[in-house]
Amino acid sequence: MTQVFDLAANSTRELNQTLQRANGGSAIEQWRVVNPNGAHNLAVGLDAPSRVEIEGHVGYYCAGMNKYAHIVVHGNAGPGLAENMMSGLVRVTGSASQYAGATAHGGLLVIEGDASSRCGISMKGVDIVVQGAVGHMSAFMAQSGRLVVCGDAGEALGDSLYEARLYVRGNVAGLGADCVEKSMKDKHKREVEQLLAEAGISGVDGAEFRRFGSARELYNFKVDNAHAY
Amino acid sequence: MPTRKNRRIDRAELRTRLRPSATFSREVIAEIQRAADTGIYDIRGFGAKRRVPCFDDLLFLGASMSRYPLEGYREKCGTGVTLGTRYASKPLELKIPVTIAGMSFGALSGPAKEALGRGATLAGTSTTTGDGGMTPEEREHSELLVYQLLPSRYGMNPDDLRRADAIEIVVGQGAKPGGGGMLLGQKISARVAGMRDLPEGIDQRSACRHPDWTGPDDLKIKIRELREITNWEKPIYIKIGAARTFYDTTLAVKAGADVVVLDGMQGGTAATQDVFIEHVGIPTLPALRQAVEALQEMDMHRKVQLVVSGGIRSGADVAKALAMGADAVSIGVAALIALGDNAPAFEDEYNALGSSAGYYDDWHEGRDPVGISTQDDDLAARFDPELGGRRLANYLNVLTLETQTLARANGKSHVHNLEPEDLVALTIEAAAMAGVPLAGTGWIPGRGTF
Repeated sequence: MTQVFDLAANSTRELNQTLQRANGGSAIEQWRVVNPNGAHNLAVGLDAPSRVEIEGHVGYYCAGMNKYAHIVVHGNAGPGLAENMMSGLVRVTGSASQYAGATAHGGLLVIEGDASSRCGISMKGVDIVVQGAVGHMSAFMAQSGRLVVCGDAGEALGDSLYEARLYVRGNVAGLGADCVEKSMKDKHKREVEQLLAEAGISGVDGAEFRRFGSARELYNFKVDNAHAY
Repeated sequence: MPTRKNRRIDRAELRTRLRPSATFSREVIAEIQRAADTGIYDIRGFGAKRRVPCFDDLLFLGASMSRYPLEGYREKCGTGVTLGTRYASKPLELKIPVTIAGMSFGALSGPAKEALGRGATLAGTSTTTGDGGMTPEEREHSELLVYQLLPSRYGMNPDDLRRADAIEIVVGQGAKPGGGGMLLGQKISARVAGMRDLPEGIDQRSACRHPDWTGPDDLKIKIRELREITNWEKPIYIKIGAARTFYDTTLAVKAGADVVVLDGMQGGTAATQDVFIEHVGIPTLPALRQAVEALQEMDMHRKVQLVVSGGIRSGADVAKALAMGADAVSIGVAALIALGDNAPAFEDEYNALGSSAGYYDDWHEGRDPVGISTQDDDLAARFDPELGGRRLANYLNVLTLETQTLARANGKSHVHNLEPEDLVALTIEAAAMAGVPLAGTGWIPGRGTF
């Protein structure tokens, strides 16, 4: 049974305490959070497979460090959405501000609108699917995981990239240092289609995407690479 | 009479006749030659090696007619410190005013990290993780462990956040304010790589900026997120490198810090460009005064605690830092030396690396013969963490005893009762930087007349 939490009548502290009470447990709680009004730090530090639906826009760091929980924001999200997420699912039906999925280790982040700059910065294993476009410096220093962008990507995509895999369907304004386009093989097409399916995005052909990754030229500091900076 | 050309010159005479250049000293000449040979700047560990105004330039006045001393060996002189009283429901209670600074597993070997935890625990104080996350051994052997949140977020996870006793948000480091880090590939073992989610053997860059906030207004929200995740229990420190210290301290307090950790330019590093270490940031002495002034101006002195690091070596340094207004100090390089770094017993091996005991600073290369700054299993196995922990505890005890000795000499029953009025400066520079009078005068440069 879905329980309702009204942020017009209760504080962010009370919301997080309420949601975190399930931490470490296996019981699946279902929550509907109303009147978020752009508040920061909503549904952070969850550690159980709860289902949380937030009805409205959220501020900074929503779903930060999430483990196991499925959190859906019916609206837009401020900076740092699902930062350092470990596992679970975070979905935003609108757009997300800067650093969505920053340093996230695992789980799936779905942004149905656009994501602003530095989407997936230093990502460490998370999968991010963006139905719209991503801003500049997305996947900056991205270490591992996959970023799928159905729209366009801004300047300096994948700058100083490590082992993360990037897929973009639209135009790429420019690639960052050590980020190169790589061939799109069948296994990559299947990978994209699988991620789109997990994200619940249909009607998009995996073959329409281009793949980007690290040239691995800057993996060890050499003076000959100084020009790259 | 022999001519200038054919006269045989002996070495003693040579030393008196040759005139060294103050501008192009032998060290400068050697560095130019090295740069020309290699085409790359010098990267090294340790801290600034240049002479800067420091605690050595201050003296305690002691007690006499106008001050009443305490008996040096018998009368009680408290050393306990509580950190994190502003917002955290579980502040840290330390038995001594000296903590161990953040140093990473990666830069240091696993046994060395374990020894830091053992030594700190024996002495009743805290130790700190570093870039690369928290190891189980470190947690197990550290009664009080501060968990660093760094720009790279290597190994960051909510479970370790909750396992920690305090959280330290690292904004900067005294050795390199404004700089990120680099752990060279030779130190990236399978375990280090796994903890950082990166391939083995590649250089690991640590960003200089945090990935999800850009200024104090963002940081205020970030800190609240960390508090929400950890149930508002953990003290949250903000560590800054000494630069624009008055403003940085003010902004750290505004952002919601429970504790400000201030690292002066003498503070150590595992691997940084020499030019950065020696030419960026300000010394601990003036930075400490500025941080205290900032706290006092906000009426937050002693409410937000101040921990100072960067060149702390002796109980005299500790006592002087406390007298200037710090609540505690933190040590890094000195702790490594106490563990055994640069030990004369390894002179031959240091020589083989082109260095000498007392000079070795190539901590980034991972070839440390003592087994401290390495990820080589054979070298690390040389280091005994139990012995290292006892040595560190001994050293911490000496620092504490020395601090108490100086506090009693100034008539203080707790080390926190030391005050700037107990201090004088030996040089005009130190007087100006520390804000205490030049010895034998009432003059503090910049504050009134001689």
